[in-house]
Amino acid sequence: MTIFDTELRQLKENILMMASLVEDSIKDSIKSLLDRDSELAREVIIKDHQINALDVKIDEECIRLIALRQPTAGDLRFITTAMKITTELERMGDLAENICERALELNEEPLLKPYENIPKIAKIVQAMLMDVIHALLSKDTSLAYDVIKRDDEVDDLTVRNFNELLFIMIQDPKTVPIAVKRTYIAKYLERVADHATNIAEMVIYMTEGKIIRHMEISESE
Amino acid sequence: MVEEKNIFEIRDFSVYYGDLIAVKNNNLDIEKNKISAIIGPSGCGKSTLLRSLNRMNDLILNCRAEGKLEFHGIDIYGKDIDVIDLRRRVGMVFQKPNPFPSSVYENVAYGPRIRGVKKKSELDEIAERALVRAFLWDEVKDKLNESGLSLSGGQMQRLCIARSLAQEPEVLLFDEPTSALDPISTAKIEDLILELRKTVTIVIVTHNMQQAARISEYTAFMYLGELIEFGTTNRIFVNPRNKLTEEYITGRFG
Repeated sequence: MTIFDTELRQLKENILMMASLVEDSIKDSIKSLLDRDSELAREVIIKDHQINALDVKIDEECIRLIALRQPTAGDLRFITTAMKITTELERMGDLAENICERALELNEEPLLKPYENIPKIAKIVQAMLMDVIHALLSKDTSLAYDVIKRDDEVDDLTVRNFNELLFIMIQDPKTVPIAVKRTYIAKYLERVADHATNIAEMVIYMTEGKIIRHMEISESE
Repeated sequence: MVEEKNIFEIRDFSVYYGDLIAVKNNNLDIEKNKISAIIGPSGCGKSTLLRSLNRMNDLILNCRAEGKLEFHGIDIYGKDIDVIDLRRRVGMVFQKPNPFPSSVYENVAYGPRIRGVKKKSELDEIAERALVRAFLWDEVKDKLNESGLSLSGGQMQRLCIARSLAQEPEVLLFDEPTSALDPISTAKIEDLILELRKTVTIVIVTHNMQQAARISEYTAFMYLGELIEFGTTNRIFVNPRNKLTEEYITGRFG
């Protein structure tokens, strides 16, 4: 194994570490909301700097590898993809932080109605994130395509959540401050799913050299 | 009339040195006014293939070719081929600069003179034009009568390119033209090659993969005499199809 191979493996491990921090943040942010655990929400917010630090570290490492190793072919596709993936992960981390900020506010308010859609959305989104990281590490493009397809389910549930809350708001305008925050949370999760979809597209590029962004899934497969 | 796209068409082409097969059943086209690079490990047959393009291999004992190698649709290994004329039209520049042991001017004027150009003014004009095209004129215009061997390595290599250009070639073959040069001289030769491409078709053999990536439009990867992969340089370096190409390009070969 060459020094370069070792460096690439290290890069992969760092991405994995960053991804698992993001997975934890998202899981805990939802838990802090559902369990009304504000202490946990504050922890997630504080821990976001670890994700940001890894984002910077991975970017710097990628730039160093491009400058010093002049990667080509599969190595080049992996390194350039890594740089873009960390941006997506970093934004997911920010969204987890946003969820916690809303959770801190909502935990101080009455419940309005039990959380139904948000746990459903969260479950799909968390599975998408886990699978896309798995697809990245195992270069599994069929799993990546599967992640992309699940994005529609999340979109549908987000719309349903919005409509239900809208109905409540129309009936009783006093619920607006709470209901709006709940629509925000669903929207944040929906954005996380979009970032997971972006990563899935990058995994397909990295593995097959095929750019499928801005295409319909049927024409890309 | 349809514009000719490929200047060379190579079909089932093999080259043997005695019993040893150096180029095995190669098939590829060389596009006109483009830069094509041939890469591959030592002994893969890339220089042999390059030298086949102007029959430079004829000079090697026991060397024979099979298959078809067409230049403008004419098989250059066929009968009635004027090899001297072929080598004028398909010039060659080697790894080590090899100027004639004569003046800068003589190096460039020699070819046209033996080709029959007699008038001094005409020879002067050809020599100046060739030196200008080789990005050398400004550096040597005041020492045309000095020995070509007194120039620096990079200048000598450009003198050799000027010597070829004085013959008004259609194709220039480069065999590792910068492997003996420093990075600045290398950059000058690369700029020159990129400029020449407008009027001359270029085929370059190089060990320096970054050089192939920098200047060529097409890249051929050879291994053990076989043409493993041929395609646009961008595709070969970003998304090669063959595993061997990928391994060679990413430095994981063997």
